[in-house]
Amino acid sequence: MKISHRVWMALAALMLIGVYFVPIWSISMEAPQYPEGIGMNITVNNIEGKSENDLKNINGLNHYIGMKPIEPESIPELTIMPYIFGFLILSGLVIAATGKRTWILYWLGFFVIVAIAGLVDFYIWGYDYGHNLNPDAPIKVPGMTYQPPLLGSKQLLNINATSLPHIGFYIALISMGIAGFTWWKSGDEE
Amino acid sequence: MTKQKFSHRLWIMPAIALFSLMLFGCNGNGNLSSSSDAAQKVYVAPGELDEFYGFMSGGYNGQLGVYGLPSGRHIFTIPVFSQAAVNGYGYSEETKAMLNTSHGFVPWGDAHHPELSQTNGETDGRWIFINENNTPRIARIGLDEFKTQEIIEIPNSAGNHASSFVTPNTEYVSAATRFSIPIDEDMSNMDVAIDSYEDTFKGTISFIKVSDEGKMNIDFQILMPGFDYDLSHAGKGPSDGWAFFTSYNSEQAHTLLEINASKNDKDFIAAVNWKKAAEYVKEGKGKMMPGKHVRNYIDHEEGGIAKSETIEEVRVLDPRELEGIVYFLPTPKSPHGVDIDPSGKYIIAGGKLSTVIPVHSFAKMSSAIESEDYEGEVMGIPVLKYDSILHGEVENPGLGPLHTEFDDKGFAYTTAFISSEIVKWDVENTQVVDRIDTYYSPGHLMIPGGDSQKPDGKYLVALNKITKDRYLPTGPEMFHSAQLIDISGDKMQLLLDFPTEGEPHYAQGILAEKVMKRQKRFYKLEENTHPQRATSEAQTRVERDGNEVHVYMTTIRSHFSPDNIEGIKVGDKVYFHVTNLEQDWDVPHGFAMKGANNAELLIMPGETLTLTWEPKEAGVFPFYCTDFCSALHQEMQGYVRVSPKNADVPLSYGTGK
Repeated sequence: MKISHRVWMALAALMLIGVYFVPIWSISMEAPQYPEGIGMNITVNNIEGKSENDLKNINGLNHYIGMKPIEPESIPELTIMPYIFGFLILSGLVIAATGKRTWILYWLGFFVIVAIAGLVDFYIWGYDYGHNLNPDAPIKVPGMTYQPPLLGSKQLLNINATSLPHIGFYIALISMGIAGFTWWKSGDEE
Repeated sequence: MTKQKFSHRLWIMPAIALFSLMLFGCNGNGNLSSSSDAAQKVYVAPGELDEFYGFMSGGYNGQLGVYGLPSGRHIFTIPVFSQAAVNGYGYSEETKAMLNTSHGFVPWGDAHHPELSQTNGETDGRWIFINENNTPRIARIGLDEFKTQEIIEIPNSAGNHASSFVTPNTEYVSAATRFSIPIDEDMSNMDVAIDSYEDTFKGTISFIKVSDEGKMNIDFQILMPGFDYDLSHAGKGPSDGWAFFTSYNSEQAHTLLEINASKNDKDFIAAVNWKKAAEYVKEGKGKMMPGKHVRNYIDHEEGGIAKSETIEEVRVLDPRELEGIVYFLPTPKSPHGVDIDPSGKYIIAGGKLSTVIPVHSFAKMSSAIESEDYEGEVMGIPVLKYDSILHGEVENPGLGPLHTEFDDKGFAYTTAFISSEIVKWDVENTQVVDRIDTYYSPGHLMIPGGDSQKPDGKYLVALNKITKDRYLPTGPEMFHSAQLIDISGDKMQLLLDFPTEGEPHYAQGILAEKVMKRQKRFYKLEENTHPQRATSEAQTRVERDGNEVHVYMTTIRSHFSPDNIEGIKVGDKVYFHVTNLEQDWDVPHGFAMKGANNAELLIMPGETLTLTWEPKEAGVFPFYCTDFCSALHQEMQGYVRVSPKNADVPLSYGTGK
């Protein structure tokens, strides 16, 4: 690989550092009682309220319909994710250093699998929260479940929940794109 | 062809004529067009916010009313000098001490003149002060939480009316006696014959120092002749360093004042050089005199609990001994309001029985003092000559002029109580330029910033004393009537009537954004320093200490913890320390106990408040949340079992989990 391609690959790896500083996914909720909105951001190692106390207040609301409280410290994925991104950064840098073009494909393959697994996991997590309801919940609406949408908006009783990727997700996409582009361009050398 | 077309169109002509007539008809109806115009100006669409806050004193309700302007919507009431059952102010253990005085607990007060804190002569939205007339006090209200944070009693005073006016950087807030009282060296001989008034009665003017954090303490009092001191305003700009107090009853009558205190052609405005007085105080001049007074304050370090301290003495300056601190400006006929224009150059008095409004010039006053151009003295206080300090007199200002506020274009607006109107006049040339009727009999008036150096001359609120037929009748007793007047143009325009609670004496207005940026939405639980707090359900408990029982309770939508309590006995004194665990905007919980001889608690998120209850008979007593907090609010309840005095039911509590 040419020096310039190695630099591109290193950039693809290094930009993933950004994922540690911005949220990856966002769930925002609108309801008449929350004129300013309420919501949470999923980061590489945490789930946090969009503004102070949002998570506490979301949990407060959810207890009426019997949803489990969202406790970031009890979600194992949030402890694994920082290592996965750490591995991607390091291995990406190794590929840049060694210049082994085919390894980019393995790297990309791993990244895509991780991303798909992440979304599937997120879906399962949402399904569990939305369906696995406390039978003693004060508010029980027959046939109603509260799974948040994977992507897009969904009306859940008085709340309109919108689930969208946040900046961290786009950083990951761009990183993938740059790595893919690097693999493609470096093919011209051969 | 052309001709034909033209004739075809002729049919339009009568239609146009008819249409024009209809339009003319609409225009001709002045009332209709002007009230829809007025409606537009005061209409604040649903979801929109008012441009100004209006703070209207509640008068004899002892509270401070908060209104939005221009809509006139009543948005809040701040309890200040009166117990407020609505939220437990003055009933809860945390707030009771706010109403302590040297006369003991006083549950009611007569709130008079609110005044916003100022920085560089401009309202700054930090605090609003208000005075209590009956048992002399001044309160400071924090505009971050719209709560009374401090109340200081004014000693050696009665009828604390000429109060509470601030200096341009809120260095001081001032107060003065409306009712002079017997005063002597050691305050030992208060039991005097009332007809010894002339010899034994004195007035006092007090200056209360305000620290950067807002803490108030009486820096000094000035001993004054036994007149009635009525209203006040501090100087600004060139007159900064001075404060002006109107007086009446220079006749020193002690009975039937309406006749006996209306005899003199002129009474006085006292011009006080507070900067000079403060220097004397720094030099240790004056003397400490008995002046027992109580200061109550919210201790933010300890859970926001109100505490009281008693101060025994006060520093008193005697103008007979200390030169240059007070001068008298002769002013016609029992002057009421004294108002300083935004430039600080003119001192305007509302001589309520006078046929003119006298406008004194500060520059002329200063040079008269410099050249010692006096016509005499009263109790060692030099009296200046009316003619040598007068800037001009406003002719034909209406009958019974009381108070004046200012816009930012050089105009003054004076209320005329007897002729029931507001008169607009030019401050420089003292000519009346406009007048408008009000309904009925305005006392005070308010322009946002209208007594500061930076008025917002858009609206004026007339605070009328008489309501009569302005609203749907409510029996003999009715709310007072305020009127919003547009003063942005050359002609004043009446826009809106709106009712006000109690009797608004003065009012203050401020651009909403100055106050909004300081707003607290709730108290942070992790910052709760209340000694009896329970910041999680795990900390809730019930403890007995002799016949005192302390319940450490929490509220969160939608239950109390604990909600079942047994082992209380007749004769116990039960303290419910209730912490609201919510951490969201506008989720208060209430707490009400059957048979409690006080009030409810209304607990804001993150706050701890305490209600006491002394059960008098055995039985099971429910308590519940009074504020509709959630869809399951009606489920938010609990029981206390009360057993006879000698019963052996053990103390137990919980939520049955």
